[in-house]
Amino acid sequence: MSSAVIRATGLQKSYAGVRVVDGLDLAINKGECFGLLGPNGAGKTTTLRMLLGLIEPDAGTAMLLDLPVPQAAREARIRVGVVPQMDNLDPDFTVAENLLVYGRYFGMDDAEIEARIPMLLEFASLTSKRDAKVPTLSGGMKRRLTLARALVNDPEVIFLDEPTTGLDPQARHLIWQRLRELTSQGKTLLLTTHFMDEAERLCHRLAVMDNGKLISQGSPRELIEQNIEPQVVEVFGETSGQWANEYAARFSQRFEVSGESVFCYVQDAQPLVAHLQAQSELRYMHRPANLEDVFLKLTGREMRE
Amino acid sequence: MSHYSLPRLSLRFFPIWRRHWLVWKKIAAPSILGHLADPVIYMLGLGYGLGSLLPEMGGMSYMAFLAAGTVCYSTMNSASFEALYSGFARMHEQRTWEAILNTPVSLDDVVLSEILWAATKSLMSGVAVLVVIWVLGLSHSMMSLWMIPLALLIGLAFAAIGLIMTALAPAYDFFMYYFTLVITPMMLLCGVFFPVSQLPQGFQIVASALPLTHAVDLARPLMSGAIPPQAALHIGVLLTYTLVAFYVSLVLFRRRLSR
Repeated sequence: MSSAVIRATGLQKSYAGVRVVDGLDLAINKGECFGLLGPNGAGKTTTLRMLLGLIEPDAGTAMLLDLPVPQAAREARIRVGVVPQMDNLDPDFTVAENLLVYGRYFGMDDAEIEARIPMLLEFASLTSKRDAKVPTLSGGMKRRLTLARALVNDPEVIFLDEPTTGLDPQARHLIWQRLRELTSQGKTLLLTTHFMDEAERLCHRLAVMDNGKLISQGSPRELIEQNIEPQVVEVFGETSGQWANEYAARFSQRFEVSGESVFCYVQDAQPLVAHLQAQSELRYMHRPANLEDVFLKLTGREMRE
Repeated sequence: MSHYSLPRLSLRFFPIWRRHWLVWKKIAAPSILGHLADPVIYMLGLGYGLGSLLPEMGGMSYMAFLAAGTVCYSTMNSASFEALYSGFARMHEQRTWEAILNTPVSLDDVVLSEILWAATKSLMSGVAVLVVIWVLGLSHSMMSLWMIPLALLIGLAFAAIGLIMTALAPAYDFFMYYFTLVITPMMLLCGVFFPVSQLPQGFQIVASALPLTHAVDLARPLMSGAIPPQAALHIGVLLTYTLVAFYVSLVLFRRRLSR
């Protein structure tokens, strides 16, 4: 027995000869909000699907709430909620009907579900939309309804696959607030995202995934401290490339050129900033290193298709 | 957990069937009209128009002959449309299956609910046509009540066969092959509009293997009050189509959705 509510050991999955998940070890503790980061195609969704017992790994084992999956997936999923990447609400139903019909899949009786609906609607700020049809809802409302639907069975663990993709800032903030409430209620959250600000705000612990492997793990602060210099100076301008050739290595521990921008990673930014103040043709921005810098360092800057 | 293991069925299909029922209730009026309009117009149009030129067919009025065939092909059509177009929408477009599979319900339960729901639609469509037939006095026998379970059986067989297409379909366009190459030929070869015995020998052999032929062979005697000859054979063929097609479609869905 362990305190981990989700545990993966040596998880492996290939599609058409390509290793999508490659020897993944993961342990997520009760009450934790754990973020799985990675570029598109890193294997995040496949990992979630294996941990939910929806697909069978080629090798390795997965335990969900101390039950082996996929063997005991049905028993495990009674205590789990899922917010999928793409909306799959029932468009023919009202908001309340979506919750009722979904609760039945968990074997709950109608009275039990009806008793939870007002609380779920309030949590999702959808009380006034109870009888609205799904196609009339905004993107943010649909996401909140999907979140409420995932809570219909009062789950102990909630899987969220890119919960805020495609939402405007107001809608994202409302979702974040609700996810924090869930964490404070003691629920365990496993979410995937490629928004670094989302990961930094919400997650107690993060794992960065690329090409099916975990390449770094820790709290947001630990990831920054372990992987990257504390200060970043971004230098822009037509002559930035030329400037980088001559000076970047002298003033920074590490630098990267991306188009007309130069990213300088430094322990102490003062000498560089003083130098840049004298360069009238260049603009610059000095800021503390963040998770996005870590992410780009670990997974590279080139586009993923 | 092999794709080829036998279906593991549970009562968890029932909440999914109730979901489909709740959706249907919202569109019941146009849906019933859709079930009725097309077959009844064909039956009355051909029955009166062509029937007036034909003194009788198979020992009954052409309208009565046509009535039995109409119940069969309209149940076949409603199960096929439900399993193909609506089933594909739920699996692919609306991602309803994906939502359901995240709960303690398994794919086997989902596929079973699709077959049972499409058969339910067949039953409703068959009963609607039967009511018209009874009201018009085209069948007087109590034996015609057996048409109700027969409509369900026809629905199960064509739902299961149709789901094989759904499991293979890349997009809606794909279903056109099935309707033009399978469903329409069956309507014309299986004794709906004229006896199979009128066809050349080769076509008769093909027809004898097709499920709709066996449905019509059961329906026509029942409508005129007789016990169908070789009833066990015809029921056996329809049940075999149902069970084999259910298993094949399930294997195909497991493969399709295992990514």
